[in-house]
Amino acid sequence: MDIDLITNILYAMIMTGTPLLLVALGEMVCEKSGVLNLGQEGMMLMGAVAGFIAMYHTDSYILGFLFAMLVGVAMSLLFAVIALQLNANQVAAGLALTIFGTGLSAFLGNDYEGKQISVLPSLSIAELQHIPIIGKAIFAQNAIVYLSWVLIVVVYLFFRYHRQGLSVRAVGEDPSVASNLGLPVMLIRYLSVAFGGAMAGLAGAYLSIAYTPMWTEGMVSGKGWIALTLVVFASWRIERIILGAYLFGFASIMHLVAQGLNWDISSNLLAMMPYIATLVVLVMLSRDKQRLKLFEPMALGKPWHRSS
Amino acid sequence: MSNVKRLAMLGITKQYPGCKANDEVFLDIEHGEIHALLGENGAGKSTLMKMLYGVVKPDSGSIIWNGKPVSIDQPSVARGLGIGMVFQHFSLFETLTVSENIALVLGDQAGNSKTLAHRIKATSERYGMPLDPDRRISSLSTGERQRVEIVRCLLLNLQLLILDEPTSVLTPQEVDNLFKTLRQLTKEGCSVLFISHKLHEVTELCDSATILRAGKVTGHCKPKDETSESIARMMVGEDIAISNECRRSLGTEVFADIKGLSTTSTGQFDVALKNISLQVKRGEIVGIAGIAGNGQEELLKALSGEDIHPNSQSITFAGTAIDQLTPLQRRRLGLAFVPEDRLGRGAVPDLDLCDNALLTSFDSGLVKNGFLRHTKIVELADKIIKKYKVKTTGNHDSAASLSGGNLQKFIVGREIDQEPNFLLMSHPTWGVDIGAQVAIHDAILQLRDRGCAILIVSEDLDELYKISDRLGAICDGKVSHFLAPEALPLVKLGQWMAGDFDTEATATSEIIAPSIPTTAADNEGILQHD
Repeated sequence: MDIDLITNILYAMIMTGTPLLLVALGEMVCEKSGVLNLGQEGMMLMGAVAGFIAMYHTDSYILGFLFAMLVGVAMSLLFAVIALQLNANQVAAGLALTIFGTGLSAFLGNDYEGKQISVLPSLSIAELQHIPIIGKAIFAQNAIVYLSWVLIVVVYLFFRYHRQGLSVRAVGEDPSVASNLGLPVMLIRYLSVAFGGAMAGLAGAYLSIAYTPMWTEGMVSGKGWIALTLVVFASWRIERIILGAYLFGFASIMHLVAQGLNWDISSNLLAMMPYIATLVVLVMLSRDKQRLKLFEPMALGKPWHRSS
Repeated sequence: MSNVKRLAMLGITKQYPGCKANDEVFLDIEHGEIHALLGENGAGKSTLMKMLYGVVKPDSGSIIWNGKPVSIDQPSVARGLGIGMVFQHFSLFETLTVSENIALVLGDQAGNSKTLAHRIKATSERYGMPLDPDRRISSLSTGERQRVEIVRCLLLNLQLLILDEPTSVLTPQEVDNLFKTLRQLTKEGCSVLFISHKLHEVTELCDSATILRAGKVTGHCKPKDETSESIARMMVGEDIAISNECRRSLGTEVFADIKGLSTTSTGQFDVALKNISLQVKRGEIVGIAGIAGNGQEELLKALSGEDIHPNSQSITFAGTAIDQLTPLQRRRLGLAFVPEDRLGRGAVPDLDLCDNALLTSFDSGLVKNGFLRHTKIVELADKIIKKYKVKTTGNHDSAASLSGGNLQKFIVGREIDQEPNFLLMSHPTWGVDIGAQVAIHDAILQLRDRGCAILIVSEDLDELYKISDRLGAICDGKVSHFLAPEALPLVKLGQWMAGDFDTEATATSEIIAPSIPTTAADNEGILQHD
């Protein structure tokens, strides 16, 4: 196996894993506050179409991604009103959001199928990108990939060291106790859900602007669902979400590897790889019940309202 | 100090659907006094406290704090005024550490985590309640968790500390310790509002008392001038019939036989049982004392079938090896079980009382050909509610809506009513009021006299001395000998609870021995005077 191939595999692995990483990060924050939002797929699709449309008309990457995030937040707030304010079942409300987002994005994007935009360029960092093997993967990515790394650090530090991060965990563990102690449970949950929406919107736009610069109906193709399972199997831990997302990214580009090495394997089998590999690894990681208990938000998915 | 009262609650009223929780309640607390709030389960104590702490809003009435009217609509407002509260069900997050739990409440006052940890250590040691700030709550005993709650209040600029039944989960030593801390606090000018069912504690500790019954104030008194009985009368409103005779029983043939039961610990949160041998005969009550987290849970789970140890062959029920049987199979051999957690293990919180009655009783004629017989279920639920005086608005109340003591009455009633051969109980009267305690104890004694084998695990030594026929202790997964309570002085039991099992032959036991009658009687608790 030559060095170039490995370099490219690593590069593509990170490219492909990034949208999953973003969505899973957002959903993790949301779930830490005790809210299960199954609408990721729908929010990603809306983000993808919104980002593409804004980019097409303004030719500004910044406006494209910002608009996508805004639409993601709007979608998630719709969910929050139904599930938190009106106390609807969170699972049902999330599923409805996905169905709604799938349909609406197809409708809005109908006129934009086959249109062209320019792909988000990579920001190569001077000489560092020429470091053998890892240089290209780490220092020649696009801005959103770098942003995802910043966000990982920010979210990690937030939960580890910031008092409000503690509040989010507390609300996700027992909203009644948290409310008794005087924490603004609803506000914290709204903000967490909105963060999840922003991340899903961003990830959707990443797909339609940076990964494959075009819009096609249903182009998210299940990545929202994978991200959801990623959060559970990663047992709400950031380091495992990173591992899971990039592992999925690696498995997704196995067909390139197979071509490069002239393996004779059915492409159907290779297409199954990302799902199987991610699940197997994460199932193995999440078997330890005792450890799991320390990170799982106990009140996840349970409706709560303040008693008077 | 001025004549201004620390706190005055004037005409507080709170109406809930179906019941008036508080009706024109007046309550005064002076500077530096320990004030008791007494009342049976459901008398409205908790509601009153929740209004004082800003969790619940009163419908009418006003609160005067240090001479000024205040409106407390948020717990943070209460904390800002210097009011701290320790709830009966602790307000702690199990997966967070001690200092994280405290930081959540202190808010901006918490400062950075290093200085906070330092303050926690300093304050907790100053008041004789040492704590390690970095431990997770889930690894702490109940007594330690309570310390966290109290220290959390102490770190505020505390002027009034509310304690909701603080002693029900503590060992005698821990109670002494707590009382010392409270006295130290009041010397520094802080007031304490103390809610308890244990009247001898109130007479020992408190300066004054307010008594609630059915949401109304029915009396004020100075506990030191009263007897436990006279206070009890004010609370219950009628003379309670008390069965004082401690009829001991020797039991007949062995029902549950545990021989050399050992288990392995599966994680940081549980204790391994070490070579436990214990027999419970039909018609006797065996009591096990012990500080929480010494293997009680594990022993009960091994007996109830919640934990099945695959290679174990140590337990028989009436000669049948039951180690590999499921809880249901064991129940069919006559086991009944009252676990420590009422919500979650004893009852399903969101199901109503009928369904909760059905949960463990479906073998007793409530199901026919797989179909539920609804009338029978309702009959059973109503029977339990009536017989054990469960305060509820009806049999369709959810289990979670009942106060702790009331739910306990219901669960105990449900289990006893199945006429089991072997009854396992953990803390049978934890948080239960006096009237119901007597009722539950009577029901247990009657069940014993009908030939049931009974094993009780409790931290309430009054209770164990009162109803056990044989009494012993558990410590670090090992059990002591079991002796008749009359032959077991409290001091020796205390040593056993601390793991010192081999004191019989030593000289110290002779010094202790003469004190048997007094210590045992002192410890008989509140209602043993004739």
